[in-house]
Parts: sequence; structure tokens; C-alpha cells
Amino acid sequence: MLETLEILLLSLADDDLILGHRHAEWIGLGPILEEDIAFASIGQDEIGHAQAYYQLLTDLGLPTPDEYAFKRPAERFRCAHLVELPNTDYDYAQALMRHFLYDAAEQVRLQALRQSRYEPLAGLAERLLREEKYHWLHARTWVEKLGHSTEEAYLRLKSAYHLLWPYAWLLFEELPQEAAMVEAGWLPPNAELRSRWLELITPILAGIGFEVGPPASEVLLPLQGARHGLRSPHFEALLAEMTEVSASEPEAEW
Amino acid sequence: MASLDPRIRRAEPALWNVELPPLLPLDQWQTYEVFVVRTRGSHAQHVGSLHAPDPELALVLAKEQYARRSTCVALWVVPTDAIHRTASEEEDLFQPATDKSYREPQGYLTTRERLEKYRHRLQSC
Repeated sequence: MLETLEILLLSLADDDLILGHRHAEWIGLGPILEEDIAFASIGQDEIGHAQAYYQLLTDLGLPTPDEYAFKRPAERFRCAHLVELPNTDYDYAQALMRHFLYDAAEQVRLQALRQSRYEPLAGLAERLLREEKYHWLHARTWVEKLGHSTEEAYLRLKSAYHLLWPYAWLLFEELPQEAAMVEAGWLPPNAELRSRWLELITPILAGIGFEVGPPASEVLLPLQGARHGLRSPHFEALLAEMTEVSASEPEAEW
Repeated sequence: MASLDPRIRRAEPALWNVELPPLLPLDQWQTYEVFVVRTRGSHAQHVGSLHAPDPELALVLAKEQYARRSTCVALWVVPTDAIHRTASEEEDLFQPATDKSYREPQGYLTTRERLEKYRHRLQSC
């Protein structure tokens, strides 16, 4: 059962860690100073959340947060491909749309995990939701505003949405051993979480004229497998950069 | 000098003096003054200003600029241009012509002393 728990917690933690890293790439490059600070702070929160999930495993005698983050081979990561995608051309509409789709998923996921029968996870979800409230407010406000803004803003947001949508859909790809997790009362099935997520974002996206629906299966098929350890082509470079400093002095205490 | 960061492209010095087209209204957001309410029921304190396109986003951005490192239970934002202030050259408006230190809290410091003196005078009458 420990192995099953590790799969669940790593999928949650790795999503937060890798997205936090991608958000951090915007530091100093945000569209205005105020937004730069807010976005960097959100990224820092996500990395803190990852650390808290890893710690639940450390408490059970598994590796430490630093070992999970910096000393794990690429194929043992369990994050969704959405969070691995690079900040192509530093288009802020893409960063915001990913933040919106992801933090909506976090809302749904954490609300469900509050009821988890794995108590340490339920307690942690309750705590993390406090910070996530701001993430969701920030993301939703920007998407609603830009969706009713200039033509350029609208078109950039829309193309970001089209690019990210299939990846966001796969945030809820079924986990390995998911049936056992559901059986244990740790979390509801991902298919159920996905429909709650759609309920949350559909009114907002419809409000700015974006159509919401399942991506075609031929689009989804080649993108699947992230939760089983299949990494996207962007992951290796990300991991090399993220672990560069710790790898330079593997024995150092930070 | 070129930045070491490949993501950053700096303008050439030759371009610095090129005349730029006039700014559109959305190119420059207005500023908002930010007030923090630190505990329930206490008054809002002015803490600074920020740029934002509208009041809702001003509140969203103010949270991370001004309410991250100290206690806060509520934020206020006010468009800077909604604030009316006295002119700098009117500073003398606030300078009294005669000694009015009796209006200040320390003006009461000598009250007891004077009361004693008065009582003493009454007794000796």
C-alpha cells in the first residue's frame, strides 16, 4: 500500500514542483512589476506545496523532499505534461492560461482531498487550500478581464487555450493503481474530479466565448502516460536546469 | 552590452533616442493607493501605491505587494486621482502663529502641578 500512496503523493507533488519551476522562469520578466511579484510568489507557494507532499512520504521512512526533487531520475517523476511545457516565446497569455487551468484543477482536487480517508493528506489539503484561494482568485480575475479586453489579448488567450486544453484535460488521467486508492477512500476517481473541474471552469470560459469539450481521442492518445512515468520531450532539459546547483555539490547540506 | 540571459534582448544604445509613438491609454495603467486593515476593527493604514488596470486587479495585486509579510484582514484600494491634497506650497497652513502646545497631549503634563499650586493658594487665603 506504501507504493500506491507514493504514486498518489508524487503525482500531486511533482505537478506542483514542476509548475512552480516553470512559474519561476518568469521572475524578472513579468509584464509589470506588480504582476511579476504576484506570479513569482504563486510559483514559490507551489514549490512549498510540493515540499509538504514529499514530507508526508518522508514521514513514512521514504526519501526526503530534497532527494525527491533533486536526486530522482526523470523516469520516476509522475507530473502531468501540462506543467512540463516550456514557456515558449515567453507569451504571458500562455502562462496565465496554464495557471488558470491548473489552479482550477487544484481547487477541485484539494476540495476532494479534504475528505480523504488518509488523514495526513486530508489535513494537508485543508492547509494548502488557504493559499490556493489566492491562486484561484488571481487566475480567474486575469482570465475574465483579458477575455473582455483588447483583440490582441483575446486572441493570445484563445490560442493559449487551444494549445493547452488537451494537456489540461490529462491532468485527470487515471493514476496507476487508482482503483485501490478509491477503494481505500483516499480520493474520488479522476474521471469524477474531471467533471467537477469542468463544472468550475465551463461558465468562466463560456463567458469569454471559449468552447469547452473533450479533445479528440487522436489528439489525446499520443499525450498519455505521464502518470506512468512517460516524460515529455521538454522534461530532460528542465530537470537538468533544476538540479544543476545541487548536482554540483551532491553532499552539501543546504 | 548584451545580457548573458538569452531570454533578454536589450535595446541598442543608438535606439535610445528614437522618438516613440504616443502611448495608448492601456499602455500605462493608472495607480491605486493601497490601505491595509491589520486587525479587525482597526483603521486602514496607507502603505503605498501600485499600478493596475482596474480596482479588482488592484486588490488582487495589492495582496502580494502589501499583505504578504504582515498581518492583514482587509485591503482597500483607491484610485490615486480620487485623492485631493493640499498644495506643497501651502505647508504653512499647518504652522500655528502662537504657542498652542496646550492642545498637545504633553500640554496636560503640568496640570497636576498647577492644581496643587492653586489649592495651596486657596488654603493660604
